[in-house]
Amino acid sequence: MRGKAVIAGVGHTAFGKLPGRSTVSMNVEACRKALEDANIPKDRVDAVFVKTPSSARELMYGQKLTEALGIQPKMNFALDQGGAANISLISIAIMAIDAGQIDVALVCYADNPRSGDRAIYSRPRGDDAAYGWFSTAAGYAMIHQRYLIEHGARPEHFGAVAVACRKHGAANPNAQVRKAITMDQYMASPWVVDPLRRDDCCLVSDGGAAIVIMSAKRARELGVDKPVSILGFGHGNTGWEVPLRPELTSTLAKTAAKTAFAMAGLGPKDIDVAELYDCFTITPLMTLEDYGFCKPGQAGPFVSDGCIEIGGDLPLNTSGGLLSETGMPGMQLTIEAVRQLRGVAVTQVKGAKVALVSNQGGTMHTHATLILGN
Amino acid sequence: MADYPLPQVTELTKPYWDALDQGHMVFQRCNACANAWLPARQECPNCLKADMRWEKASGRGKVVSWVVYHSAYHDAFKDRLPYVVALIELDEGPRLMSNFLGAREALRGDLPVTLVIEREQGFALGKFKAA
Ligand SMILES: [Zn+2]
Repeated sequence: MRGKAVIAGVGHTAFGKLPGRSTVSMNVEACRKALEDANIPKDRVDAVFVKTPSSARELMYGQKLTEALGIQPKMNFALDQGGAANISLISIAIMAIDAGQIDVALVCYADNPRSGDRAIYSRPRGDDAAYGWFSTAAGYAMIHQRYLIEHGARPEHFGAVAVACRKHGAANPNAQVRKAITMDQYMASPWVVDPLRRDDCCLVSDGGAAIVIMSAKRARELGVDKPVSILGFGHGNTGWEVPLRPELTSTLAKTAAKTAFAMAGLGPKDIDVAELYDCFTITPLMTLEDYGFCKPGQAGPFVSDGCIEIGGDLPLNTSGGLLSETGMPGMQLTIEAVRQLRGVAVTQVKGAKVALVSNQGGTMHTHATLILGN
Repeated sequence: MADYPLPQVTELTKPYWDALDQGHMVFQRCNACANAWLPARQECPNCLKADMRWEKASGRGKVVSWVVYHSAYHDAFKDRLPYVVALIELDEGPRLMSNFLGAREALRGDLPVTLVIEREQGFALGKFKAA
């Protein structure tokens, strides 16, 4: 299926605090901008796939969105899969197009935990709340600590991810946080849940983002400007909740990447720029290992010495990622990969031909990989 | 302290909490395939059969990982900061979340630990200390 589908347009709202905006409203704005970017009318769209918002669960969310968009697509649904949902929906769109079911798909996501309800991030974790087990961050902290135990990693290894993402975000005029940090500042940032420091943790953001998917053939017929080719995708879902996971420092991200690389006929060495889901700094470190960029336990040394900064061997999260651009889970990473391959990114990687995107959700439960090329 | 987040005891989990109340920890073991696990389920997650028994644990295990809370997400934990939530693997195999009691400095990967029953508002919880 390599190269048969393209991303024809991308759009997003402002990122940060957007009080008064419903998630449907932000989705509509992002979809309008993505359609304008693809230069196609909304009547061309015959599928709308949306990730459910985390801040406010609603039944029949997909239908509410298509009503607001004023379209009656052939296919429409909302997916509850945490942060992996955006790439999952992109994959489903591609397969539906290839199966002749649809022609043009809008894939979108919006959420407003910053100005709305963010209780989900500090939630009690079932009966284990009796032991004080609360919050999303703590689950990642538990994995982070096990990584320290198994690999003797240093705090600076995690700090290198935070420093790079914040540096890239500082250069991005759309980023929610445009403030670079030094390693000393990272080391001095307060505990959220030890071993997680504040600067290990992503932002909490309002915002929406959307992309338009169609076949490469349809994009040529419609004269779409700078379509970005989808070379590969893959999925892997780690079923166990954190305490029950036999292995904490590797996930089915490995399977997702293997599948995506096989479809693309590429390997880690072919990647020019990587946009890896960075809800917490441990996540991209483990993703680098599971994807085969380095051996298990070696991600720390791998990200040191500027390797993941612009100009390094593997520029990472070039618009700031979840740590600096926006904490919204995932779609912005695909949009930045598209900008890099169109050659219009603020932190442009010279001659970028192949970009890799990872999405994951829950506490590393769900994972999806996307490989794009120009 | 009125609203301590005590477990919601159900028909499924009652044997687990009752055992702690009587001073020991139990886990489920499948009669069909011998798989052992926590927390309580209605089917074995290995062979999917609904034929299991409760088995008494030795109370011995090891620390797989841990986190330290320096701020409280619930008022009941404000006076306990900093406190440790640890992921424990029982000698019999099942894993669970719990608290590590004692000096944090003693914590290390695979540290042997042993069960300690502590009560919150009379409700028995299974916690662990260095063995
Ligand atoms: Zn069984």
